Amino acid sequence: MNDEPLIRWDWIARNWDNGGPSAIKTLLESHVAMALLPVVFGLLVALPLGVACARWRWLYQPTAGLMNVIYSLPSLVLFSIFLSVTGLTQTTVIIPLTFFTLAVLIPAVVDGLGAVPDHVRQSAVAMGFRPLRRLLQVELPVAVPVVLGGLRVATVSSISLVSVGALIGQGGLGNLFIDGWQRQFYTPIVVGIVLIAALAVLSDGLLVFAQWLLTPWSRARRGTA
Amino acid sequence: MITFEDVTKRYPDGTVAVDHLSLQAPTGAITVLVGPSGCGKTTSLRMINRMIDATSGRILLDDQDVRAIDPPTLRRGIGYVIQQAGLFPHRKIVDNVATVPYLLGWDKKKARARAMELLELVGLDAKLANRYPFQLSGGQQQRVGVARALAADPPVLLMDEPFSAVDPIVRASLQDELLALQSELNKTIVFVTHDIDEAIKLGDVVAVLRVGGHLAQMAAPATLLSEPADDFVREFLGRDRGIRRLSFVPAKGVRLGPLPDDLVVDADGRPLGWRSDGGLLPYGTFNPERDSLRAALDAALLSPNGAAIAADGDGRAVGVVTRDALDDVLIRYAEKSLEHEPEPGERVAADDHGRAEP
Ligand SMILES: Nc1ncnc2c1ncn2[C@@H]1O[C@H](COP(=O)(O)OP(=O)(O)O)[C@@H](O)[C@H]1O
Ligand SMILES: [Mg+2]
Repeated sequence: MNDEPLIRWDWIARNWDNGGPSAIKTLLESHVAMALLPVVFGLLVALPLGVACARWRWLYQPTAGLMNVIYSLPSLVLFSIFLSVTGLTQTTVIIPLTFFTLAVLIPAVVDGLGAVPDHVRQSAVAMGFRPLRRLLQVELPVAVPVVLGGLRVATVSSISLVSVGALIGQGGLGNLFIDGWQRQFYTPIVVGIVLIAALAVLSDGLLVFAQWLLTPWSRARRGTA
Repeated sequence: MITFEDVTKRYPDGTVAVDHLSLQAPTGAITVLVGPSGCGKTTSLRMINRMIDATSGRILLDDQDVRAIDPPTLRRGIGYVIQQAGLFPHRKIVDNVATVPYLLGWDKKKARARAMELLELVGLDAKLANRYPFQLSGGQQQRVGVARALAADPPVLLMDEPFSAVDPIVRASLQDELLALQSELNKTIVFVTHDIDEAIKLGDVVAVLRVGGHLAQMAAPATLLSEPADDFVREFLGRDRGIRRLSFVPAKGVRLGPLPDDLVVDADGRPLGWRSDGGLLPYGTFNPERDSLRAALDAALLSPNGAAIAADGDGRAVGVVTRDALDDVLIRYAEKSLEHEPEPGERVAADDHGRAEP
């Protein structure tokens, strides 16, 4: 492969949409699904859990501890744990990634709620908000910038971690690494890296834009203040 | 009327923040709770809207025990203003002000219209309505805080050191505006501060608390100045009690003499200065219809010849009070105050200072 160019465009053109399971387009789609579903599930679980941990502080230490243990396990170990239950499917990748997401998002929700200034919370109480409405209309909205910060970290990590699934044949674009490595053929590897990086940058950009839309009050803080 | 009946608050850690406090805050008046930091002012205030529940004793709103009212419902009927304003950072000013109307289920249009009325009432430009809180100065935020507390027109207003965090000039104007608002709205206001001057300026009744939540004295400001109940109150009031007390005596009674020849006035009759060989000398004026005896004395001290110029609302000189005439008034006042205390109604909310001119 000495004379091999780094990128063979013809290979890309042939394999972009070749109809088979290893088409680059198919891998890209499954990569996106496997990376983003854990973030969505993670957010849905982290919101109530984070709120509960912020409300009952004694819950937070054990929850955070458990999440950190999971976070510190090599993803491969996690995959193999679920492998025995869910087999060689996308689910085996999605479940552990959801746990990783939780490990990032639960602290983000707790920190976000913790960052609500005390005088803001107190004045909400004094105005006559009941607890649920105060949570939904004052505390969570004020926590949004911190939660979105966590969501950006979770999303980008998830996009890069999906590749590990390639070891069980469910790595999305990560499969290209295995393919290229086995055949000592660089093009799929470069394509994989570039697409994963592009996905990460794009998703992060979208989240930044979402924050800009959702929190004009913190946007303006940086702008005009 | 808000009544504290033998109210005690003991926190779970054993701190007794308020100890057997009994007092009444009259309807339509400003009652100021004043005392050093940690003496239980905030705790007392928050027991009224049940952000804190008393350990024992009762608090009555008119005749109803606040404990009998569901807290959120109670709070929607009581305006609350705090030091940092406590505005919601994620809501525009208009929506901040409309908070309680929204909670009460008003429709959005009506709530916002009401909020706009209130912004005007507290002297804020309508174009601030669509800004976010951080885009306002501290003084403006504090005005929004007052507007928000008044939005649903509650009969009772609780204010916890609302003006402590703004600079002295803004603070003074916020205080004046509160007095002006109050003369229109006649709310029952409980106002907490650690600043005795603020207490004396704003209070119809001032309750001085000492650490441990003990009521040291409760009286009209003039009475407090002339008859502090004990050393603690005397010390807390600070110096110059005699002079400060003159703030509560209208200057109306002073005898005005004719304008002397050496007072130079312009074509409209406004004073320009005292004639002397070296040019015009400085002078001081006061408005006998509006100002206090303290302002008259101040004006006299600003003139080298010791005569205070009485000026009408348009600034025209209408007479002069010589130092002798002023002495008479002060002596008469001192004698009279031995016999009776000035009634709260006698107080002048007016300027304490004579106006100094060139
Ligand atoms: N949540 C609390 N737990 C225990 N002690 C408290 C609490 N809140 C206030 N205190 C104590 O109660 C006393 C009165 O506090 P506070 O009412 O805030 O005083 P002030 O408003 O006059 O400064 C202080 O000694 C304070 O430390
Ligand atoms: Mg306080």
